[in-house]
Amino acid sequence: MAAPVALIDLDAGNVRSVSNALTHLGIEHRHVRSGEALEGATHLILPGVGAFAAFMEKLVDRGFDRGLKAAVFEHDAAFLGICVGLQVLADRGLEFGDTPGLGWIPGRCVRLDAAEEAGLPVPHIGWNTVRRTRPDPLFEGLDADATFYFVHSYHLAPTTPDALLATTDYGGAVTAAVGQGRVWGVQFHPEKSQHAGLRLLRNFARVGVP
Amino acid sequence: MSTFKRLIPVVLLRNGQVVQSKGFKRWQMLGNPSTVVSRLSNWTADELIYLDITREGTHDLRRDDLNFENRHEILDILGDVARKCFMPLTFGGGIRTPEDVRARLAGGADKVALNTAAFDTPDLLDTCAREHGAQCIVVSIDARRREGGGWEVWVDRGRRPTGRDPVSWAREAAERGAGEVLLGSIDHDGAAQGYDLPLVAEVAAAVRVPVIALGGVGEWAHLGAGLDAGASAVAAGNIFHYSENSVVHAARWLFENGYGVRRPALTSLAREGDL
Repeated sequence: MAAPVALIDLDAGNVRSVSNALTHLGIEHRHVRSGEALEGATHLILPGVGAFAAFMEKLVDRGFDRGLKAAVFEHDAAFLGICVGLQVLADRGLEFGDTPGLGWIPGRCVRLDAAEEAGLPVPHIGWNTVRRTRPDPLFEGLDADATFYFVHSYHLAPTTPDALLATTDYGGAVTAAVGQGRVWGVQFHPEKSQHAGLRLLRNFARVGVP
Repeated sequence: MSTFKRLIPVVLLRNGQVVQSKGFKRWQMLGNPSTVVSRLSNWTADELIYLDITREGTHDLRRDDLNFENRHEILDILGDVARKCFMPLTFGGGIRTPEDVRARLAGGADKVALNTAAFDTPDLLDTCAREHGAQCIVVSIDARRREGGGWEVWVDRGRRPTGRDPVSWAREAAERGAGEVLLGSIDHDGAAQGYDLPLVAEVAAAVRVPVIALGGVGEWAHLGAGLDAGASAVAAGNIFHYSENSVVHAARWLFENGYGVRRPALTSLAREGDL
């Protein structure tokens, strides 16, 4: 039987790193390159780098917009988006024009304007402290001031605070994690965040597993 | 707030082996690159930098063959290191073309460090930053003090003087798209007397991108002095090979002395039983 953890592979730069991290954790996974191939998956991981519009276009081209929707909302698969993989959960992205996203989390993907106004360099690159706004299984076992590695210029600004799981401070509150039902997203790179990141990936792989 | 200051062990590779370096001239073998990464990849370093300082084929005959062979070897090493490195990984040394950059980023590096090739053909920085983003591109600069004062950029691993001032080169490189400056001192390399602090201060004041200080750390206080001089990150090679938990001790020293680094975790990769 194919491994139930599907790693969505759009040739984005960090897929290999995520795969290395899963292998290190002993989590069997398969690389999935088209929406149809998601069948049977219980856990979906979408790593993303690059610009919102280009990434969204690749997703649609390979049938992932329909495939992901079916897997999550019809077959109850758990979903974790990483970096741009989180951002495309928004209704719209404003990087290089105005592009529709998957629309699973109400909000828009916007530039880190507050950071720029505060004189901080954008992209936001480096280790930063992640503060949770409510408890969630994704962060189980992690310190309240756990640090994660970020590389990004945009973030998902949710229209309601309901889906917000965690923020980081970079010239103001920046969305670090969202969660709603069986859909999660993290702006940081767990695959590059050492112990805390590996623990988070393992937490995700255990969601819904008896 | 801003991001944390960073502590970065540097691993030097020569002919596929990990080495210590002194004055860019003498080397001492330390062993196999993948066993060393296991030791250094504990949770207290913030990133790792691997620099391949293998001297390229000096003969023009069969040069392509030599490069080809070396490239494959180094990509194998990169693959091994990336499998165990769950933190940002920079790979540098012998990178000449956009294709070399692509191969390293695809092979598991998060960033590449460009030195001689960037100096000789600065367009390489623009090209690679456009293709991959400035956050992937580190310009590596080796500086040597001039007799009359000031510094000069030396390339080809400290064998070729350029006449260029490192401050102006750092500024140009950052404008072209380098997202970081890895600033090494040839005079201080392996001397264990601390960084060339005036050099760090001048370059850090001249550019908006982060400066990583390298060369000369002999005690933990030297790391603090590098941050005080304006570096965003402090790197060292030799000192981290002396004792088993040296990176932990260094991180703890910086944390306890209020240098704005992450709180060091107590566990290491090797000891983390449940992961």
